[in-house]
Amino acid sequence: MHDFPWRFFFILLANGVLVGSMYALVALGFVLIYKATDAINFAQGEFVMFAGFLAAGAANLAGAPWWLSTLLSIAGMVALAFGLERVVLRPLLGRPIIAVIMATIGLAAVLRGTATLAFGGGTQAIPLPIGGSPFLLGPLILPPIEIVGAAVSLAFLAGFAWFFLKSRIGIAMRAVADNQQVALAMGIDVRRYFALAWGMGGVVSALGGILWGSMLGVDNQLALVGLKVFPVMILGGLDSILGAVVGGLVVGVVESLAAGFLDPMVGGGTKDFVPYLLMIAVLMVRPEGMFGRRRIERV
Amino acid sequence: MFHRETGVFKSTYAADMALYPLPIAQWALAGVAIAFLFLVPYLFSDYMVTITNLILVAVVGALGLNILVGYTGQVSVGHAAFMSVGAYTAANLVTRLDAPFWIAIPAGGLMAALIGGIVGIPSLRIKGLYLAIATLAAQFIIEWTINHVHYISGGVDASIQVPPPVVFGTKLVTQRQLYFFLLFFAALAIVATQNLMRSRIGRAFIAVRDQDIAAEIIGINTFRYKLEAFAISSFYAGVAGVLYTYYLGIANYEQFGIDVSIDYLAMIIIGGLGSILGSIFGAIFITVLPEATRLFLQNFGGLFFSQGSILNIIPNLRLILFGALIIFFLVLEPEGLNRLWRNIRNYFRVWPFSY
Repeated sequence: MHDFPWRFFFILLANGVLVGSMYALVALGFVLIYKATDAINFAQGEFVMFAGFLAAGAANLAGAPWWLSTLLSIAGMVALAFGLERVVLRPLLGRPIIAVIMATIGLAAVLRGTATLAFGGGTQAIPLPIGGSPFLLGPLILPPIEIVGAAVSLAFLAGFAWFFLKSRIGIAMRAVADNQQVALAMGIDVRRYFALAWGMGGVVSALGGILWGSMLGVDNQLALVGLKVFPVMILGGLDSILGAVVGGLVVGVVESLAAGFLDPMVGGGTKDFVPYLLMIAVLMVRPEGMFGRRRIERV
Repeated sequence: MFHRETGVFKSTYAADMALYPLPIAQWALAGVAIAFLFLVPYLFSDYMVTITNLILVAVVGALGLNILVGYTGQVSVGHAAFMSVGAYTAANLVTRLDAPFWIAIPAGGLMAALIGGIVGIPSLRIKGLYLAIATLAAQFIIEWTINHVHYISGGVDASIQVPPPVVFGTKLVTQRQLYFFLLFFAALAIVATQNLMRSRIGRAFIAVRDQDIAAEIIGINTFRYKLEAFAISSFYAGVAGVLYTYYLGIANYEQFGIDVSIDYLAMIIIGGLGSILGSIFGAIFITVLPEATRLFLQNFGGLFFSQGSILNIIPNLRLILFGALIIFFLVLEPEGLNRLWRNIRNYFRVWPFSY
């Protein structure tokens, strides 16, 4: 291995880290909801896509400036998340896990159909005031949108970590996640925190949608980002924010390296495939992930 | 025909074990059999026979998934991948070795059962959401493998042309000829599932679903039965995959994507989890839904939209309807169409004296 392409390797690595922290942001939306409500959101990718469509629609159809379309997208996603929690997920409380999984899969189909009907099938751009010329760091070439995306993601991840550890609301949400009945007995309004968790999931999805949308363009394919969430989550542990960060970085780096080194060997497509192999390995060895909480089951 | 049961008067084991104990059920079954054997193939148009064939394939697949998800409680999002395993196994056997259908179909099923059993191994340690995600991974990995390994997928675009099956010296070329072929296997799958579910294995499946730790304590080998459920379910999926390949005349991995897995999940949710009749209802419903949407919009959509936009609206409206129906049934009628059917039946059972 004397002529190992180090420069290529580092470019892939840096790229993987940046993309990975943006995966972490999308995964964060999943963790927030799972942590507080025990509900699994298979529609996370569609949430991201829908948020992207909202932002792109506000910017391109109504001509709103970028900050206004961002705010509109966030507000729209929060309203949507509140509504869905109320109409779809609340009636499913306490039902078998397949019910929630299928309901969010159904939701995904509805969101995909609605978005294409409302905004058209073409790819739209989200204009952000970020330069297009690549950022040079030593031998590395980094696209600025990825740097901004990574920075925003990490800021939000840190913010939510603080929120769950220190703030009163965050502690109440952890109590709800831990044991709903005990939380109720301690005077916590469980329903309110469920709605709040979905609202926060909406905010994070909106940010993810805007960042990913401005990087890839907004169309139906944007929802595929959601498929990457599962390896990220399983790797890191479903209910851990730190896990989402580490899982996101690992998946980002692994798929970037796979795309760089393995693709030429086997003819493409490893990017979507290797994270899942990694995930299967984790599931076999340590199902609760790196930072997840082990659950003890009783009859 | 106005027969009603007034009590249990079974005096032989044979009567006790009968699949259809009531005369009215036997009459109804005979009626359905006559309808499917003599009325459907001669009264239906070519188009409707084609749709019926699709339904028959879907019935086999949906029964398989219901054994796993509805009866054993193991969530699987990779059903279509097992179908593709069956489809490509059969396609390779048929094209390389000239295998007849009575080898290709069981071989496809067994290969799928083997792969399904392997995918089921994690079910020893993980359940619920984790298992769902593991099967999702299986879906992608199997899809990728079939697409990229040329020994399996051969040909252009990873698709293999399959000659029509030959039954008693007749080539089944048209859909009308295939109808009886598919009907036979769908009926076989229905009867097999009915019998499986009242056997020791079926009861063990239900015990595992209801509480797997409790089932283990009363002496059921949980791991074995979970694996068996995966294998049996995948066998059905594999057979459905082979039948679908015969139906299309081509094995193509694009026909077995994640959306097909979701279609099958929707079938058993809308039809009714843990119910054989429900699987059939669901298969009919989900297969007819897109066709009905399309026909409705093509005929009446012109009243609301321009012709050009209808082509754009159809697939999206189909998606929205599909998702909305899943949510509707989950929230309002968790036991699905089967429950609606039972409500109607019970109403007429005691009609006109409802108490």
